[in-house]
Amino acid sequence: MNQSMSRNQRPARKWLGILALMFAFLLGGSQLAASAATPAPGGGDISTTFIISGKIVDCGVGIAGIKLHVTGPGTDAQLVTDKKGFWTIQVPTTTQYLKDKFTVSLDKTSLPKGRLLKGNAERTVVFNMVNSASTSFKFVPITCTNAGGQTKPSESENSFLLALFNGINLGLVLAMAAIGLSLIYGTTGLSNFAHGEMVSVGALSTWFFNKVLGMDLIFAALIAIAIVTVFGYGQDALIWRPLRKKRIGLTQMMIVSIGLSMVVRYFLQLLFGGDTKVLTQGATWSIAGISMPALNVICAGLSVLVLVGYTLFLTKTRIGKATRAVSDNSALAASTGIDVERIIRIVWIIAAVLTGISGVFFGLYQQASWDTGFFNLLLIFAAVTLGGLGTSAGAAVGAMIIGLLVELSTLFIPADLKIAAALVVLILVLLVKPDGVLGKKQRIG
Amino acid sequence: MDIIFGNAVDWLFQPITAAYALAAIGIALHFGFTGLLNFGQAVFMAVGAYGFSISVKVLHFGFWPSVLVALIASVIMAFILGIPTLRLRSDYLAIVTIAAAEVFRFIVSTTSAQPITGGPQGLNEYSNEFWAMNPIPAGHYKFWVWDYTQDDIFARAVSWGLVIGFAILLAILVRSPWGRVIKGIREDEDAVRSLGKNVYSYKMQSLVVGGLMGTVAGIIFVLPTSVQPGNYGTTLTFFIWTILLLGGASTVLGSIVGAMIFWSLLSLTSDLLSAGVDNGVITFISQNQIGDIRFMLVGIGLMLLVIFRPQGIFGNKKELYFNA
Repeated sequence: MNQSMSRNQRPARKWLGILALMFAFLLGGSQLAASAATPAPGGGDISTTFIISGKIVDCGVGIAGIKLHVTGPGTDAQLVTDKKGFWTIQVPTTTQYLKDKFTVSLDKTSLPKGRLLKGNAERTVVFNMVNSASTSFKFVPITCTNAGGQTKPSESENSFLLALFNGINLGLVLAMAAIGLSLIYGTTGLSNFAHGEMVSVGALSTWFFNKVLGMDLIFAALIAIAIVTVFGYGQDALIWRPLRKKRIGLTQMMIVSIGLSMVVRYFLQLLFGGDTKVLTQGATWSIAGISMPALNVICAGLSVLVLVGYTLFLTKTRIGKATRAVSDNSALAASTGIDVERIIRIVWIIAAVLTGISGVFFGLYQQASWDTGFFNLLLIFAAVTLGGLGTSAGAAVGAMIIGLLVELSTLFIPADLKIAAALVVLILVLLVKPDGVLGKKQRIG
Repeated sequence: MDIIFGNAVDWLFQPITAAYALAAIGIALHFGFTGLLNFGQAVFMAVGAYGFSISVKVLHFGFWPSVLVALIASVIMAFILGIPTLRLRSDYLAIVTIAAAEVFRFIVSTTSAQPITGGPQGLNEYSNEFWAMNPIPAGHYKFWVWDYTQDDIFARAVSWGLVIGFAILLAILVRSPWGRVIKGIREDEDAVRSLGKNVYSYKMQSLVVGGLMGTVAGIIFVLPTSVQPGNYGTTLTFFIWTILLLGGASTVLGSIVGAMIFWSLLSLTSDLLSAGVDNGVITFISQNQIGDIRFMLVGIGLMLLVIFRPQGIFGNKKELYFNA
């Protein structure tokens, strides 16, 4: 920990390096995004290029030929969704972002037979400080026909079993990301808000290598995990290690991670666009009367293996024991001859691998998008907090509880409130047992 | 070019800028002066927006009773957040406030709550009584490149009047004996406790007052526009934090200047980028992606600010509040 003052010069150069890297990505990324981008009209007044867009999707497949009617200041247009279910319109607007309202109404008669719209057929759109806006229409869930043309059996009678299975699945996938977050928190004290972005990078990389480059899923997943590992190690080397040397406070580091999360998240949107990338593949298996995508079952099995392997590593190997020592008391660990910085580097790699695996599975389980990780970040935090901050076993138990809560709550409350239910339980648990389910007793407050 | 700078200058005085400034003043009290890590200021703004608009639209209350409902709801929300967490370590308050903000957003945007909250579409047309109070004669008022209606001017005057009022209130509060106690709590909670002060009660009072500021900000935010549930995500809170840290967390004026700089810089960068794309100067992004660049710039700005100037523009390095 005794770093001389002269080292303080180095972070500045590293910052320049990061900026240069970002620009390189930005330039490289443009080709990728260009295919999806709407062409901007040549020249003209800057205030005329405002875009409203959306995608009409049911069962993960875009629906073509749906008629929409968009009205607003200076706009009155009829639209039809394209082959992939996308629709987009350029509207003229003044700079009064929030004042000009556009109405998008969907012609219900153009819907395919048997598909019912959830809620009414009109959406109001305002531009919230940006010049593109999107709105979505959702359908009343029906029995989906999957890519193979088979129809899933009605699952209403098995809804409990299905929710239970989904809950276990979510819990296992969350557990790996939560252990990653908890490991970093335990050894460095950093509450990393950019942790969700590691999940997103994992999910999107899998999609890119599997669906765009057409690689085998296993290879795509392995490359994705490798990319997340490099991302994790890289962010420690370029950002967190210099900040630790600078002895920057933990609250400050936490806010830096919020900034980092924003940068990476919107960079991912810049690169991949705002739509959801479909990663679904393969057959479904029927287990105990419920049908599940085969891949989800395999993922659940693999997650268990990874968690068991991780536990063995933590309890049986020298590095695992050293990790726990640093997590318990880093000063004491350093005094017994453990190289704390080396352990932290290893911890970042392990955490990134676990989070990468979690990211791949999140992609396969929920599809991949630029905000997959951000959407799940609070659940990951909730798992870590619920289990007791900074312990791996606690994070795993917390994740299982959160996963089950989220999915089982759908049996009693509307599905769009399932995450809220888990967060309410988190707050209630903190009320009665502030140090978490498996947390160590300590002086708090 | 005039339009671009006109927009940037206009953003200095937009009601939205005022709303962000006031919300930031609220967290200045929470974090800058009391040391509470409130990561859920969005929930107080949402309580203001929904408390007010639901009272008008669903309960058919008048303007002032609706404002009162929003303020009472805000105090209740502060107690709900504070009771479980203010005895705990500061990172627990952070996670609970952020979770509560998301829970609130999920609840108001669920389709099952559509008859009351408008569900995902939100609410609009609740400000008629507010506009009716406007004493400025109807018409267009033109200055330089701007063209304001009487409503634009009224909304700006009211929102900035409130911001200045609350800034003065904050300045008085932190210089009072009460303010010395909360600053003491920020520096060393145990020391204040040993002096016989009820730390928990002081923290709760700070949470309530700062939350009320957030709630008034929430009302200002939606009066000239509409209530959109998507606006109350964690990004709103993070923007407010960026504004707070830009100006200086332990200062009174920092939040106001921070909000002005933040919004006019954002307007300037996105207009310049947009013009660049249109004229073919910038070729590696499209118009759609300018929004992303804006957010990335905010992120980079936040990181650099916290690392290299944690006390903000106006802050005093001696009054270092990052003590965790």
